[in-house]
Amino acid sequence: MLEQQLVNALSLGCVYALFALGFTLVFGVLGVINLSHGAIFMLGAYAALEVVTRLALPLWIGLIVALLVAGTVGLLIDVLVLRPLRARNAPHLIPMIATIGIGIFFNSAVQGIFGAENLRFPSEAMPDAQLHFGGVQVSVLELVIIVLSFALMGTLMLVMKKTQLGRALRAIAESPKAAALLGINVEGLFFLTSFTAAALGGISGVLIALYSNAVFPLMGQPILHKGIAVIILGGMGDIRGALVGGLFLGFAEVLAVAYIGSTMRDAIAFGLLFLVLLVRPQGIFGKLLERKA
Amino acid sequence: MEWFDNFWAVYSNLVLTIGINALLALSIWLTLSCGLLAMANAAFMGIGAYTASLLTMNAGASFPVALLGGIAAPVAAALIIGAPTLRLSGVYLAMATLGFGEVVRVMILNADTWTGGALGLNGIPQLTQWWHVVAALVLVLLLLWRLRRSRIGRAFEAIKEDQIAASLMGIGVMAHKMLAFALGAGIAGLAGALNAHLTFFIGPSEFGFDRGVDILTMAILGGTGGLSGPVLGAAIITLLPELLRSFKDFRLMLNGAILVLIVLFLPKGIWDPMRLRQWFGRAGVR
Amino acid sequence: MLELARVSKRFGGLSVLQDVSFTVPEGKVFGLIGPNGAGKTTVFNLITGLIAPSGGTIRFKGQDLPGRQPHRITRLGLARTFQNIRIFKEMTLIENVIVGMHAHLGYGVPGWLLSLPGFRQQERKARERAHELLSWVGLDRKAGDIADNLSYGEQRKLELARALATEPKLLLLDEPVAGMNSGEKVELMAGITQITQRGYTIFMIEHDMRFVMGLCERIAVLNFGRIIAEGTPDQIKSDPAVIEAYLGREDDEVTV
Repeated sequence: MLEQQLVNALSLGCVYALFALGFTLVFGVLGVINLSHGAIFMLGAYAALEVVTRLALPLWIGLIVALLVAGTVGLLIDVLVLRPLRARNAPHLIPMIATIGIGIFFNSAVQGIFGAENLRFPSEAMPDAQLHFGGVQVSVLELVIIVLSFALMGTLMLVMKKTQLGRALRAIAESPKAAALLGINVEGLFFLTSFTAAALGGISGVLIALYSNAVFPLMGQPILHKGIAVIILGGMGDIRGALVGGLFLGFAEVLAVAYIGSTMRDAIAFGLLFLVLLVRPQGIFGKLLERKA
Repeated sequence: MEWFDNFWAVYSNLVLTIGINALLALSIWLTLSCGLLAMANAAFMGIGAYTASLLTMNAGASFPVALLGGIAAPVAAALIIGAPTLRLSGVYLAMATLGFGEVVRVMILNADTWTGGALGLNGIPQLTQWWHVVAALVLVLLLLWRLRRSRIGRAFEAIKEDQIAASLMGIGVMAHKMLAFALGAGIAGLAGALNAHLTFFIGPSEFGFDRGVDILTMAILGGTGGLSGPVLGAAIITLLPELLRSFKDFRLMLNGAILVLIVLFLPKGIWDPMRLRQWFGRAGVR
Repeated sequence: MLELARVSKRFGGLSVLQDVSFTVPEGKVFGLIGPNGAGKTTVFNLITGLIAPSGGTIRFKGQDLPGRQPHRITRLGLARTFQNIRIFKEMTLIENVIVGMHAHLGYGVPGWLLSLPGFRQQERKARERAHELLSWVGLDRKAGDIADNLSYGEQRKLELARALATEPKLLLLDEPVAGMNSGEKVELMAGITQITQRGYTIFMIEHDMRFVMGLCERIAVLNFGRIIAEGTPDQIKSDPAVIEAYLGREDDEVTV
């Protein structure tokens, strides 16, 4: 019934929001649309899977490893590819194209190494307990997803609003050159942002992998497309936008599937995207102005 | 001639595919020349492919009519979505057109009574002859070459450099963007129609994000400075899997790596008249 | 020729222009001066259709301008240069100027597609005219150079030539000599005088008083979004409100 659907929607929305958060962070601070974020998401899932299956370690360690692996990959992408392009003052679509290449690279590499089939987490590793709140059944997994997501998002928002670091990041988001003149270590913060955004992506990868119990090389692509829809809906570069947009999409999808039919599920994201772009292209929280150098 | 017959028997599809990919690369070159990063050409290709195929298969139309339909339908779609989306600039436009591509893909999946849904359309009559592809390519190249030399081509370049300054030169910016967008859609649709009648089978997955990325790669790799670039890029991207056949699963990996390396080291692509001039020592100005 | 009547502009709660009224007479050089931030470039942006006024009317040769697209306003006979130079850097000088002729090239699709005689003739004429305009600003020998290679002063001259290519009746010049050295300023002053003698009307925004007083036949003064004076250079020089507005400002030369 409805309450059940709402819980499902909430957990799905949280994962979308986490993914979108990483995506929008990179756009907001670095000014780059990182289309390899889907691949990073996938790498997180595979990392956790390997830890749990091959090393037989508990899931929470897998999650941490996923965080570190994804974060490192994100950092390397920034250092090896995005930074040289920044140094060259490349027009902003060029880094996006490079990240497309990186995404393809990782997707195929993983496919080559692990094969294209759907892999699953071993059932012993997955939490399967069900909890009951009122008349609603909530699995431990869903609870963990919701709590973890909100904890991460809350921390991020706190950092952005109340700390010196957050202020520095917001300054960079406005204008990196001006921020540098204020003595802010812009490059260092770019690295930090890339790592953090990728780590968030990796975590959301593990969570979706557990939620749908499927790990496969191209798992990041549909999420990437939805992530695009989410941040356009919520406003590119805005954290609140990623949150609201992600949750909104989760709800819209689950309710659409429940009451209209599952074939329309993917269409929902893009239908919404289209409507938003026609009516209010900057999204709910976004600004139409391109940022200053 | 026997050598040629053997060669053709084995490689005709490959050569024709290069031609079709060249058309696609040129279609995105056209929009790029106006400063638009519109990633919808794969979707337009799909609309063209399905329209033309349905015309020949279900309506019994002749090939020329089907080709015209394959051009007209994407142009109509472009004109419809162009008005709201072309107001957007830069990354917003790229995202919007990516989104449009996905909408089209999902629509094709869902309209399965007509399009065959996920299973695609099978048994399309193989009407594409080699000379169709050659003629299409030659005509498109001619069109784009003449366009570049006209005031429209200059207007595109001006818009690409500075939209506002261009509008103050008396150039109707929106009208020109629509022209580039719709014409690019038509060319992509033509490529799709020709392709469908070559491969006799089409499915929705062929016209999604991956295809869009391939098309962009071809243009960027080849170089967007002139018309030769996209054609060169198309040839390379089409031939590469053949040459890398032994790599199997990893060939896409190479695709991705090549894209990154080009962006990093050859920012203007392979066919960059200015850099080539530097290398071969012809000094001076245009 | 150009009439602004009670024009106002607000951005959100901020009032940038209020009750701005003046007339640019035909065939003369008109100047709009005022301290930085007075709203001068906003006036140009309103006239050329880049932004819409919050109130008032703007008329060019009897036609209302607000509500029209920028390119249509240009086609009515208004051309403009920019404070921060917006030439097409990757095109050659001659290409920059020919772009300005866009609206006046009347060939259709068959013309350019088939390279018909009409097309070729118009393109040739355009090229000749572009060379002519470049020679008016002294840049003809560099016609084939890439615009980015020009010096700052030369780029300003190129912008002027390009604006002339649109065959305007009224030329709007936004700080035409900003950043130039004295020699270049003198050159441009002569160039603009020649242009006026050919029948163009000029409306300029400038900070350099000597330049403005030397060239303009009528001047309006804008301060904090309001017109505080309008008249001949002599009248403006001795207007108490004007002197007060400029008192204590180090950037402009008040004594002329």
